[in-house]
Amino acid sequence: MFRFFALLGVLLTTTATAASATVTIYSYRQPFLIEPILAQFTEQTGINTEVVFAKSGLDERLRREGALTPADLVLTTDISRLAGLVEMGLTQPVNSKILAANVPAHYRDPADHWFALTLRVRNVYSSKARVGKANLSYEDLAKPEYQGKLCTRSGKNAYNIALVASMIAHHGEEQTEQWLHGLKANLARKPQGNDRAQIKAVAEGICDYAIGNSYYFGKMLSDPNQQPFAEQVEINFPNQQDRGAHINVSGAVMTKYAKQPQAAQALLEFLSAPLAQQQYAEVNMEYPVNPAVAPSSLVRSWGEYQADSLPIHRLAQHHKAAITLLDKVQFDL
Amino acid sequence: MKCGQWPDNQCGSNVLMALLLGGLLLPIATLFAQGIGAPNTQLMALAPTVLGHYLRNTLVLMLAVMGGCACCGVVAAWLVARCQFPGRGLLQWALLLPLAMPAYLVAYVYTDLLDYAGPLQRQLRHWFGWQSAQDYPFFEVRSVAGVSVMFTLVLFPYVYLLARTAFGEQAGSLPYASRVLGCSPWGSFWRVSLPLARPALMVGLALVAMETVADFATVHYFAVPTLTTAVYDLWLDYGSLAAAAQLACWMLLGLLGLVALERYGRRQQRLYQRDGSTDERRYLLRGWRAFLASGFCWGLWLLGFGLPAAVLAHYAVAYGAQSDWWAFATFGRNSFLLALVTALCVLAIALWLQWQQRRRASAWPSMLASYGYAMPGTVLAIGVVIPLTWLDFQLNAALVWFGFGAIGLWFSGSMVALLFAYVVRFLAIALGGVESAYKRLAPQLDMAAATLGAPPTAVFYRVHIPLLWRGLLTTALLVFIEAMKELPAALLLKPIGVETLATYLYQFVSDEALEFAALPALVIVALGLWPVWWLHRHLWPSSMAPTQAPVRLRAEGLTRLG
Repeated sequence: MFRFFALLGVLLTTTATAASATVTIYSYRQPFLIEPILAQFTEQTGINTEVVFAKSGLDERLRREGALTPADLVLTTDISRLAGLVEMGLTQPVNSKILAANVPAHYRDPADHWFALTLRVRNVYSSKARVGKANLSYEDLAKPEYQGKLCTRSGKNAYNIALVASMIAHHGEEQTEQWLHGLKANLARKPQGNDRAQIKAVAEGICDYAIGNSYYFGKMLSDPNQQPFAEQVEINFPNQQDRGAHINVSGAVMTKYAKQPQAAQALLEFLSAPLAQQQYAEVNMEYPVNPAVAPSSLVRSWGEYQADSLPIHRLAQHHKAAITLLDKVQFDL
Repeated sequence: MKCGQWPDNQCGSNVLMALLLGGLLLPIATLFAQGIGAPNTQLMALAPTVLGHYLRNTLVLMLAVMGGCACCGVVAAWLVARCQFPGRGLLQWALLLPLAMPAYLVAYVYTDLLDYAGPLQRQLRHWFGWQSAQDYPFFEVRSVAGVSVMFTLVLFPYVYLLARTAFGEQAGSLPYASRVLGCSPWGSFWRVSLPLARPALMVGLALVAMETVADFATVHYFAVPTLTTAVYDLWLDYGSLAAAAQLACWMLLGLLGLVALERYGRRQQRLYQRDGSTDERRYLLRGWRAFLASGFCWGLWLLGFGLPAAVLAHYAVAYGAQSDWWAFATFGRNSFLLALVTALCVLAIALWLQWQQRRRASAWPSMLASYGYAMPGTVLAIGVVIPLTWLDFQLNAALVWFGFGAIGLWFSGSMVALLFAYVVRFLAIALGGVESAYKRLAPQLDMAAATLGAPPTAVFYRVHIPLLWRGLLTTALLVFIEAMKELPAALLLKPIGVETLATYLYQFVSDEALEFAALPALVIVALGLWPVWWLHRHLWPSSMAPTQAPVRLRAEGLTRLG
């Protein structure tokens, strides 16, 4: 009984005040993906890390906590969230020569509030057996000849919203709405599942084409259980004839009221440095943001590609317009 | 008002009631304050495009799940409580097991199994040589019907549990009196037993409806958008907490309205059990009837628990070597303690509220206090964070003013926040359970005790508690199991450095890597099973043994229930 109450006491008094030299991270990325990298950081610097993971609501929590927040860094998987945090005034600039050297200028905030850490391409997958390599554009996918041949996850997933935002940035809202109508008409099934599920759907013959991020394909190829699906599918980089493939980023911001700004900056620098970037590349199959680090050999085998040169922060500007359009065309219904 | 002496002190309990309700209503009041005012423009913008579809999905889903749970739950409860057939003793508690399964996990398992790319359809295609989805008709899992079935499978135990207790405790002579007076077994069921069980049944169905409406993870995975989808979209994508809060409040009012309507419908009814004893006489089922009854109950068990648990176990074995067993012990301990404390707190509050309700004969405090279960967990968490961080700021400011250092987020950053959210969220379950137990306790008992000179507190301790304790423990168990698997509020409110099993497994589930989530999921189930088993051994020891002398009654018709 005493032990029970002792445990209870420990549990109840565990408060948010972090011990010294611990960087507290609010993360939209699953901890198991970043833990190996964080462990290396702790080994090198002696600075501990603490991750709070959620899929939603961390922005709101950070906003409410204000000056009392225990969070030093926020890790996100999408540019809109990064820009949103900056817009809400929850971040502070980080002036670091190391970061400036590691992260190309168009993948960080001009005012140094946010930094991209990895790049992800929104690819089009095609069935090896039925259509082979496909040299097409996002615009093509809305054409009538693809009717009943296309799969995608929910339109309102952050990656698809960003893709729609890029279409708005290039073509305006009216044309994007037309494009979305065409896209919806071409769907083989209503939007569902994650990006891996789309690759499986192509392999299983539900559809011939699917939209999905690059690293999911890489991770499926390196998982013995999922490899059989991925091997039936070709990865294609869209819009190689014109503006290039749509890029999104995962990234980080330092919170305005970070309690450990130096340690947090050290972690940011570590994450952008070759060692961590290599981990992102080799384990998560993402494109490293640091130009000094090459993608994994598997990712390199997909070939060079041309990326959309649209400044990445413009995606965030069209975020709300994009989701409004998605609801307007009832994309998910 | 004139105040009596403690413990009869009405003023004291009035103040306590006001404080308690104030605390419990704080999150919803906060959200109301966020959403108050003219219809939000952001919300209105959704109305012509998707809101109609969402509303239709929500209503169809809610009605279908309630219907499914009512059928499965009542039939199973009746069979177990009033009939004797092989396996009844085991089924009595085995049918509770689906509750220990987080709904989203069951959903993942079934979509994996039944999808076009799943093993079942693949095998069918292989056997019959079908080439594509156009070649054969198959049940579309990711549809309103699919989600309804899924929710029915995991939620029917609510109805089953409450209805079983009600059927079991029904004044034994009533159904038999109806038979003597010429009712057929069916007639006796429809005209006596079922109406007597109505309050319990309705409590169960209200819980089912609230759980269905508040769910996000499952419907999201099934790509069936409901109003809760709109709440999430409005808040996270359109960035309008006000619009989200407004919609959430409308949903809540709708549900409260339904509950009030149902209560109004039976305002004239008073149902009491005559004595505390349970009636052990049952219809003895033989032959195909026993087979049917047994088959139905085991079928429910298999679909709601056996099959998903087997799939998870399969994953756990295949991927178990890659799991960090030591971490599970810590997370398991956290989850267990949290769930236990939640269950105790919630039970104490529910019991007090219901006791007050009995003494004052006004049901509105309990009704108000049970709104939390209808709130999507994340929204409730925000409703908790807002006032608690405000408190934290006041506390820190005061400390600084007195010359001490700031202490950080003492309320919102500690277990206090999570416990608070859990109490608000799970109070509905406890209130429902305690209420249906109290409802069967005749007020003559209180009157007799009072006549014999017992003060109200003595009536409570010496009459109510001894008669209610089975119901109370069952209720606490339900809350415990729910708290074990709760996820969205835990994700947002858990203190830094504290991980529960549910939050730990979610990182894998959210990456659709079910394989790695299987083991922690099984640990959740196992930790939930233990109290079920314990209760079974210590509360209902007699039910383990076959009934001494099952009275053989004519069972025609009844077995058709199966």
